[in-house]
Amino acid sequence: MTRDEALFEFCLRLGDTTLILGHRVSEWCGHAPILEEDIALANTALDLIGETQMWLSLAGEIEGKGRNADDLAYLRDAWDFRNLLLVERPNGDFGRTVMRQFLYDAFASLMLAGLMKSADTRVAQIAAKASKEVAYHLERSADLVVRLGDGTAESHARMQAALDEHWPYALEMFVADDVDCVLAEVGIAPDPSTLRADWDALTGRVLSQATLDIPDSGFAHKGGKSGRHTEHLGHVLTEMQWLQRAYPGARW
Amino acid sequence: MVSTTLPSTAQVWDWLAEVPDPEIPVISVTDLGIVRSVEWQGDTLVVHVTPTYSGCPATSIIALDIETALRARGIENLRIERRLSPPWTTDWLSDEGREKLEAYGIAPPQPAGGPARCPHCGGTDLERISQFGSTPCKAQWRCRGCLEPFDYFKCI
Repeated sequence: MTRDEALFEFCLRLGDTTLILGHRVSEWCGHAPILEEDIALANTALDLIGETQMWLSLAGEIEGKGRNADDLAYLRDAWDFRNLLLVERPNGDFGRTVMRQFLYDAFASLMLAGLMKSADTRVAQIAAKASKEVAYHLERSADLVVRLGDGTAESHARMQAALDEHWPYALEMFVADDVDCVLAEVGIAPDPSTLRADWDALTGRVLSQATLDIPDSGFAHKGGKSGRHTEHLGHVLTEMQWLQRAYPGARW
Repeated sequence: MVSTTLPSTAQVWDWLAEVPDPEIPVISVTDLGIVRSVEWQGDTLVVHVTPTYSGCPATSIIALDIETALRARGIENLRIERRLSPPWTTDWLSDEGREKLEAYGIAPPQPAGGPARCPHCGGTDLERISQFGSTPCKAQWRCRGCLEPFDYFKCI
């Protein structure tokens, strides 16, 4: 695998993850429990789609086959997507959505901090932009995890169930493969397994404040990073891509 | 043969200072600090614009507004380029822009991370409602004195 082949895959992983999470979060628009949360969710989704635009544009540039961010977002099928399995999980209740966001935000903040020092200037510039936005996402999701986890018996039980459900999917974030190794070697991206200790510390602090028990299982679902997805991704794409599929090349 | 003199970049900056931000029309795109450079490359005017937030939907409207304004001034060869780095920061808001924001009812960003005073009554007993607001760049706050909610332009 050449450096550029690895970087193309890596940009797809970042961009597809923000794209699918952004789409999932946008499903809340008009449905959140209170107006302020509705607005916060929509803003978070917007930032994630903005980050997608940057990562998928770079992926298209590296690939060099003339595909832009829209082509990559709307004209690939499930097996070509490289997002983490965690983000294609259905939203579930508000607590599940918040927990998924928190586990991802904590990872994203550490990954982007590493990418800001990337040997590839383009990667470093996108990371610098995105990390400012992710800081606000993490502040909100961590705050909500504590308020709901250390809330009523009902909200506590829901947050614990959310954590138990998401945990094995979250651990996929730290499983390194050939792509990660090639990029770590040349200083373009940190090996994700090296982020685990800081992630454990960050999430551990918040989850303990939220009076939630961290699952002791080390099992990780894998496949998203190489295009083997759960059945949920196809449904997301059906909704997200239908217009470009039904009316190819349609423009605003 | 007609010889024309290209307008100076200082002149172009003055013109850009009259282009309002589409979401917060009391401040201009230069007040907002998103126009990063103006330069002539041969007879083509190149304007570098940086996005506030990566997904801000106003970004493409801003580029269109800048283009429309400059074309109305007779500039024919024009290129607007997006510049990502260094990333936009609220430190680039002009002092004039901060004053205009406050007069409009939006508390300007503060290094402390929250508004200094209520833009309506000047009260300082304030509470945060949400770190997110009606546009990506704003948060929602409330004044406990006059009880009015208000927008705060958050630091980034």
